[in-house]
Amino acid sequence: MLTGIELSLTIAQIIQRLRGSHLHSQIERQAKVSELPDVKLESLKEDVRSFLKTSGWERKLQNAVYRELQLPPRHPPAPPEHLKEPLAYMRKAQASWEKRVLKSLNSMSTELGVPLAHMRPAAEQKELTNKWNEMGTDEPDLSRFRPVYAPKDFLEVLIGLRNPNHDSSEDISARSHWGLIQVPLNVRDIPHLREAYSELNLTSGQMGIDDHALIHPVVMEEDSAAAQQYSRQGCPTGLRADLWALILNATNQPQDVMHYEQLKAGVIQHNLLVDNLIYKDVKLTASNDDYYFVFEDFLYQVGSLLLFSQFTYHTRSCVSINGVTQAQVLMKCLLGTCYCVIPFHGFSMYVAPLCFLYNEPSKLYNVFREMYIRYFFRLHSISSHPSGILSLCLQFERLLQTHLPQLFYHLRQIGVQPLRLAFKWMVRAFSGYLSTDQLLLLWDRILGYDSLEVVAVLAAAVFAFRAENLMEVTSLASAEAVLADLSTLKVMPLIQVFLFATAM
Amino acid sequence: MEAVKMMQTMTPDDTKPVNFTVKAPVYLQIGDTKADTAHSGVCVVDVNLPFGKPVNIEEVTFKNYYTAYVTVRLLRRNPEQEAPAKWCTALRDLPLMDNPHTERGSQDYYTIHRTQMQVEPDHVVCVRLILRQPSLAWLTFSLEDIKIFPHTEPDPEKEVSDWLSDLTLIDQHPDLEGLPDPQTVSSSIQQMWALTEVMQTNQTTASIGRFDVDGCYDISLLSLT
Repeated sequence: MLTGIELSLTIAQIIQRLRGSHLHSQIERQAKVSELPDVKLESLKEDVRSFLKTSGWERKLQNAVYRELQLPPRHPPAPPEHLKEPLAYMRKAQASWEKRVLKSLNSMSTELGVPLAHMRPAAEQKELTNKWNEMGTDEPDLSRFRPVYAPKDFLEVLIGLRNPNHDSSEDISARSHWGLIQVPLNVRDIPHLREAYSELNLTSGQMGIDDHALIHPVVMEEDSAAAQQYSRQGCPTGLRADLWALILNATNQPQDVMHYEQLKAGVIQHNLLVDNLIYKDVKLTASNDDYYFVFEDFLYQVGSLLLFSQFTYHTRSCVSINGVTQAQVLMKCLLGTCYCVIPFHGFSMYVAPLCFLYNEPSKLYNVFREMYIRYFFRLHSISSHPSGILSLCLQFERLLQTHLPQLFYHLRQIGVQPLRLAFKWMVRAFSGYLSTDQLLLLWDRILGYDSLEVVAVLAAAVFAFRAENLMEVTSLASAEAVLADLSTLKVMPLIQVFLFATAM
Repeated sequence: MEAVKMMQTMTPDDTKPVNFTVKAPVYLQIGDTKADTAHSGVCVVDVNLPFGKPVNIEEVTFKNYYTAYVTVRLLRRNPEQEAPAKWCTALRDLPLMDNPHTERGSQDYYTIHRTQMQVEPDHVVCVRLILRQPSLAWLTFSLEDIKIFPHTEPDPEKEVSDWLSDLTLIDQHPDLEGLPDPQTVSSSIQQMWALTEVMQTNQTTASIGRFDVDGCYDISLLSLT
């Protein structure tokens, strides 16, 4: 809870951020309308305020403030890179990882003779405009394109991460860690998780299990914070699309649609190398998936748009005619963004489940973009954030070691590290491994608790569920076979039992 | 004691930190001989403010490097009394890291404001920071980039200077050079605005009517009055 001085400073900062925003001008315009009923000159301020309240504008303002509060506070002496990631050695590791990926992309570009970015010739642009909604029917030769990296390459980098100030010489057995991650991040154990996730208690009804447990719908009220709270116990299928858009404050106003059209025009004009990677990724993953192949076309569109939006955001100020310079700028920009969007193998699976909720491309793009910049990007970048992939991996290993020690020990005995089995699930937030309805219930909780922790908890819960079978395996291959098919799992009972029924 | 981690600084941007010398941090050791030293997890950093110029402290900022708790002690010398300077504790065991064994807070920036201190940090001659890191997980710990900002009294509301009030306002008519008189222009604009207000309140549903004739526009048919 913020106290006096901190509170007034936070308020001042939020006001500054909201001033000059579109919402601000909208509210100003509303307040100036001369047809306000019951507005008297003497009590002008109060009357305008109550008008804004009854007409719903106060609610919109509340939502905007709520969103601003989610952002971290700014501390003037702290440089911006510190706000993004406070630990110096992690920043260094992320920078060298990005360099490696860039080098790989560059060498692919040289090897294939394809420039990183170039303007499409007019005929090609026209063709693409016509085919925009059916890009899936295209069958260009992408056999020479390889994904830039696979999740297991990234896992190796995470495993090798070390804090230079960490004393690992004295290995006290009490704090020995059997897992692969060697970085001492704060992760929560079951007692803390029980407090934080109290709405998932076995005694409270969950959507998807106890569907007669209906809670008062909040969509009518358009309250972001209430929607987030509601989503903790699961969203009913019919309301999910609206609730998620409300939580993420992803509007679909005319300026959003216009922005979408601008991006689309940009993608048609410029051919980015990474577009081909997206295309190939979609072909390899989503198109082969029983649930998602129907959305192939959407996935190309949204994927390309996200990449291009990063491009335009940064190159707006660097105008360059020379195609080569532009490409270099592009690569620098792509990697210099907060969100490091380089498509890796499986990237399109982040978008695929959303296609079930939104059929309008600009809304789909907006919601995906919000989800990506709040959660998914943390799954493939190196950071100390509690929702970052590093914390999730560590949390998974700790939960397993603390609550299923026999299983962990047995797996290590046969040469299997549990994280190597669970990593691919976590890095895709289980997309493509669970059945879609279960996946959406899981993502309800990610939005509801504003954290990816449930992903780590679910991974541990799956191991707990299949523990008996895993205790009998004697090789890596058979362990993988036991965990190969998750499509029949029901996620909420698993999580509930693991959190609230595990003997402490 | 509940510690408040302030993430924002209240000093205006143009305040300069005080120049001071920081002595090398002294890590307390257990054991007498050099060979038998064990790290006690306690370190003392002395900050000597310029001699002869005691400071009234507004806030202290620093960057943490794996210190778990910090205690701030001040050596104050009251200028009026002749008594010798006295040490007092301003803040005891402010937690900088949630958990001394894990990373959170280990490299963060912190601000300690005078309102958080238990004593008034005025006429301060020396600041002593006692750092504690009980965990064995770390090789070393310290504070970096320590800055102390002096307290500035807010300026009292300035009276308008005498020479300004001596000026009288002369109502000069500007040289218009053929332009209409501002007063008449503004009154006619006001009339137009009132007209638009009236229009807004008396909106009819009748169509405005278009200037086309037989379905097409002809520029010469547009009325210019």
